Amino acid sequence: MQPAPGQFSQLTTLQLQRICAAPWGSALLENITFTLEHGSILALAGPNGAGKSSLLQFISGDIPATTGQAIFRNRSLSDWSSQERARHMAFLPQMSLLNFPYTVEEVVMLGRTPHSSGHQVDLAIVEEALRLTDTSALRHRLYTRLSVGEKQRTQVARVFAQICGEQSLHGQLLLLDEPTSALDLAHQQQVLEAVRHLANRGCSVVLVIHDVNLAASIADRILVLDGGRAAALGRPQEVFTAVLFKAVFGVDVTISHHPLEGYPMIIPRRGAAP
Amino acid sequence: MALGLATGAVSLSLPEVGHGLADTLRGQVATQQALIVGQIRLPRVLLAAVMGATLAISGAAMQGLFRNPLADPSLIGVTAGASLGAALVIVTGGSLLQGYVGLTLVSAGAFTGGVIAVLLVYRLATSPSGTSVATMLLAGIAITALSGALGSLLEFFADNDMLRRISLWKMGGLDGANYPRLILATVVSSALLAVLPRYARALNALLLGESEARHLGISVSHVKLALISWVAVGVGTSVALVGTIAFVGLVVPHMVRMLAGPDHRYLMPASALAGALLLVVADTLARIVVAPTGCRLV
Repeated sequence: MQPAPGQFSQLTTLQLQRICAAPWGSALLENITFTLEHGSILALAGPNGAGKSSLLQFISGDIPATTGQAIFRNRSLSDWSSQERARHMAFLPQMSLLNFPYTVEEVVMLGRTPHSSGHQVDLAIVEEALRLTDTSALRHRLYTRLSVGEKQRTQVARVFAQICGEQSLHGQLLLLDEPTSALDLAHQQQVLEAVRHLANRGCSVVLVIHDVNLAASIADRILVLDGGRAAALGRPQEVFTAVLFKAVFGVDVTISHHPLEGYPMIIPRRGAAP
Repeated sequence: MALGLATGAVSLSLPEVGHGLADTLRGQVATQQALIVGQIRLPRVLLAAVMGATLAISGAAMQGLFRNPLADPSLIGVTAGASLGAALVIVTGGSLLQGYVGLTLVSAGAFTGGVIAVLLVYRLATSPSGTSVATMLLAGIAITALSGALGSLLEFFADNDMLRRISLWKMGGLDGANYPRLILATVVSSALLAVLPRYARALNALLLGESEARHLGISVSHVKLALISWVAVGVGTSVALVGTIAFVGLVVPHMVRMLAGPDHRYLMPASALAGALLLVVADTLARIVVAPTGCRLV
């Protein structure tokens, strides 16, 4: 059941109301409003510079809002200390700067930094995260010697390990900025399967994915951003229309449907881009 | 350590060292062995060990903070500031600089100079949006250059005796070792060895990047300020007591990382140990090579 707009229910992880952010003068986000329920996946779509990453950075506390209200787990987002927040929210940034020779397992173990759950529990969680991202075989390899895709899977495993603290994942929030950008077809599917698996256990997910077909396949709802504003918000089949793609991306597309799953498939028309 | 005690201008066999140590402990300081071992070599070797540990653990902390394995404690301006402070005292101190008081004054000048330089670097790099590590690095280089220039200006006005003092001091060396200095060094070093490893988890997370560390619940600005302050005190003390010994802070954490990996929980204590060892060995070699005067460490 959907809660009435503006109300914060027990099943809501995150609620944003008319959020505006302009950390460097010009507005990055304008009037962003949405509610995220336990276990639901919200995909952010939009052209480059539309504010997708800025929105994730706002939620994770990297940039402040100028106006608006954000509530995370019944408390204002700005009231959370970084230590507390880190136990319930994990953020995978687009790029990783790590250039020290940690092993894969050590990198994933860093995800357990905010928790004091004990070494045995940590080991079990790391094991699970490695398995979910197919990085178990890489565990003793040095991070600095991995391929780009292997590094990305390792970082995904790290945020999985950070979020999987408690038995129930209800109320946990996972923020992923392009988690599959460097992955091959099989690993794309595997990582998104794992995200879906965590969502089924109650974890809420906000993710940026450039591949609109992947977004349509994984997301419960899609928020399309354009110039920092919300251009559309809703289920994939409601949001992804030829009109929207023309208006936001400036691309002519044909909308089809996945033959088995039924979610919309977006097929760009050749030569139609400006 | 024993080797460090045994070698020098007057070679002693290991049993003789043992006798000397025993005599010192019993309070009999008159025998030759006891004098050499207890009054000259023991404080020197211990000071080397303590300062080596301080420099190495500071280096490990800085390399973690800057996420750069080539960083060393002097990057934040502390070494250059300390050199300038010492030079300033040497040039302006005049007749005060005789013997023991002089050395202490120079050390105090060096320490003050080092701490002021770090404060300046930190202020330059701090803006309302936080402290930028990259700016801090640049500011450190700028302050280092400025201190160097001022130091050269001082040297221009200095007379021969002052020049000799300045250059000797700059080379760094452990020949000023005595018990008061050793005690001071030990106090500072113990504090550093007790405090810095507490930041090991934070440093581990910081290697991922600053915002990643923040998302892992580390209060990055607090950690930065704390680490910079402790390293400034540690390295400031070491420069004040034994001059600028550059290589330990840079090389030791690097070597340890190759052997033990980048996990700061092991890296920091291991670096301290290796730094102590390295400086004792280096100082021992320095004394052997140019016996009887003993050469200086650069």
